Amino acid sequence: MRIRNHPIIDFKKKREISFYFNKKKMYGEEGDTIASALHANDVKVLSHSLRYKRPRGFFCGIGKCSSCFMTVNDIPNVRTCITPVKENIKVMEQDKGGELPNKQFINKDKKRIDVEIVIIGSGPAGLMAALAAAEQGASVLLIDENHMVGGQLVKQTHRFFGSREEKAGMRGIELAVELMKKVVEYKESIQLMLATTVIGCYKGKKRHNLIAVQKLADGDQLFEINGHKIIVACGALENMLAFPGNDLPGVYGAGGVQTLMNVYGVKPGKCVLMVGAGNVGLIVSYQLLQAGIMVDRVVEAMPKIGGYHVHAAKLRRCGVPIYTSHSIKEAYGKEKVEGAVVVKVDDYCQPISGTEENISCDTICLAVGLTPSIRLIEQIGVRTEFILEAGGHVAVHDSSMQTNVRGIYIAGDSSGIEEASTAMIEGQLAGVSAATSLGYDKNASEVKRKCRSALKVFRSGPFGEIPRVGKEKIACCYRNGGLTY
Amino acid sequence: MEVLHIKNYEKTGVLSISNLRLPTDDQLKKGVAIIECVQEIPCNPCVAVCPVNAISMEDINDLPKADFNKCTSCRQCVGICPGLAIFVVKVKDEKALITLPYEFLPIPKVGDIVTALDRDGNSKGDAKVVKVNQKEKTRVITIEVSKDLAMEVRNIRV
Repeated sequence: MRIRNHPIIDFKKKREISFYFNKKKMYGEEGDTIASALHANDVKVLSHSLRYKRPRGFFCGIGKCSSCFMTVNDIPNVRTCITPVKENIKVMEQDKGGELPNKQFINKDKKRIDVEIVIIGSGPAGLMAALAAAEQGASVLLIDENHMVGGQLVKQTHRFFGSREEKAGMRGIELAVELMKKVVEYKESIQLMLATTVIGCYKGKKRHNLIAVQKLADGDQLFEINGHKIIVACGALENMLAFPGNDLPGVYGAGGVQTLMNVYGVKPGKCVLMVGAGNVGLIVSYQLLQAGIMVDRVVEAMPKIGGYHVHAAKLRRCGVPIYTSHSIKEAYGKEKVEGAVVVKVDDYCQPISGTEENISCDTICLAVGLTPSIRLIEQIGVRTEFILEAGGHVAVHDSSMQTNVRGIYIAGDSSGIEEASTAMIEGQLAGVSAATSLGYDKNASEVKRKCRSALKVFRSGPFGEIPRVGKEKIACCYRNGGLTY
Repeated sequence: MEVLHIKNYEKTGVLSISNLRLPTDDQLKKGVAIIECVQEIPCNPCVAVCPVNAISMEDINDLPKADFNKCTSCRQCVGICPGLAIFVVKVKDEKALITLPYEFLPIPKVGDIVTALDRDGNSKGDAKVVKVNQKEKTRVITIEVSKDLAMEVRNIRV
């Protein structure tokens, strides 16, 4: 199940790490998460559901969906998709609600950190926000719940579109390395906290208050973090699609599969059905082929391909068919996916009976959109609105990316689903805005102007129409206090 | 109804010759870049890389337009296009040399016989590899096929 030869990524064999799964000894590699190590051992069933004991596997691969909960060294509800595998850890299937032992926390006292700007999320938006704020002179704390920085950049092996100034032609994986280098250059002003989950977010008069848990080698540590300004850049989560069998192990988010194969070098399966022909579906299908995995077909419920034609063309000339006006009807299999039934749909997305086709596959990828992550900002009282074009409920913000709560900024996918390139610009804008509101100013108005004009360019073509409308509605809500449908 | 306005390539992902601006026979003999980029996406690395300014675009959201007379078939745009949508085609006697981007393994060697594929991924017979540029992760490969396949073959299977 390991990928050893890849045209874009260099997957060297790394040091072996032994661990126990349900008391059976298994081997992973350095850099693996528990879930990727289990996958490399062909273990797809991570738990069973509480009531009906249905098998459960992982879905999102980035710690957002809770589908990969397992008990690790007696601690229940561990998100195994973002927890690194360590020597001799005992991983157990968790088929009941776990009980939290005392040993999870190193001590009951919380540690306190005071800083000017706190950034939650180190993806393209968060990294650029941190760099932009540091360039202005502010001190920054950059938090991420993953054990590496880069967010979803680290799995993007394709070249980005855009202009030369916006790093077009670079691959996300290269961009993540470049941005990380810059963060290290600013180590005096950017403090990095990885494997840290922000679990609480409270409004203060002068400073806002975050509660976070950091995973350390010998247990968890609770932190209270006080920041004058907070930039929330925690991305989005993949959408689920309703169909019988959608909970079978082997039904993954397309992004989850991309993480598994491009970050950890593990194949999700042998033969894939891709659901959704937007850019994510098309790009991940192509990357599956690059990893040596067969893609049976791509089905798309809409009458036309949603992603860029150039991505579809790459896939088609490799011989992968794209079926528009088709969708998945059901997935079947005993303990994991063994096949799926696809069906033609009419103009109203209703299945046309008699057009069912059976497909034998062991993996189904869902590339059916993303939903902004807004749980933290909702908690602090930021106003949210349901804006379809932005991907669902999003925080209302102004042209400086500040929300209606003073000092709370938002950037990237959590402010509306868009591209990595726009997330980077939004992050930069939020970082500069937060820094200037603290009194720093190194040509800040010029940086902001450049950001805004770059965003305008990205959103002005036909493919920018949906995010443009989304952002216009957000601006409308910010000024007028809400949308009425 | 909106459905009526859907172009065929938006349904299938496959372009037909009628979607493209074609060079003359003389231009093909000289060798030209065929840009198979038919949607306005904000992207312009091809314009920036062209050493003779043969690719133009007024706004970053415009379609790139190749000036077939200016183009020197230097192939730099083939490797730089993030959409892998640029091909250089040169007709020489009864053969066509097609330069295409390639991102799979194994990487063929000069002299290898590979399978030529069209935009649908269907086999169009054998092709001889005449040049392999491995400088970047997106390899730029030139193959030789028969002249009548010049505007059909767009991929290879090694």
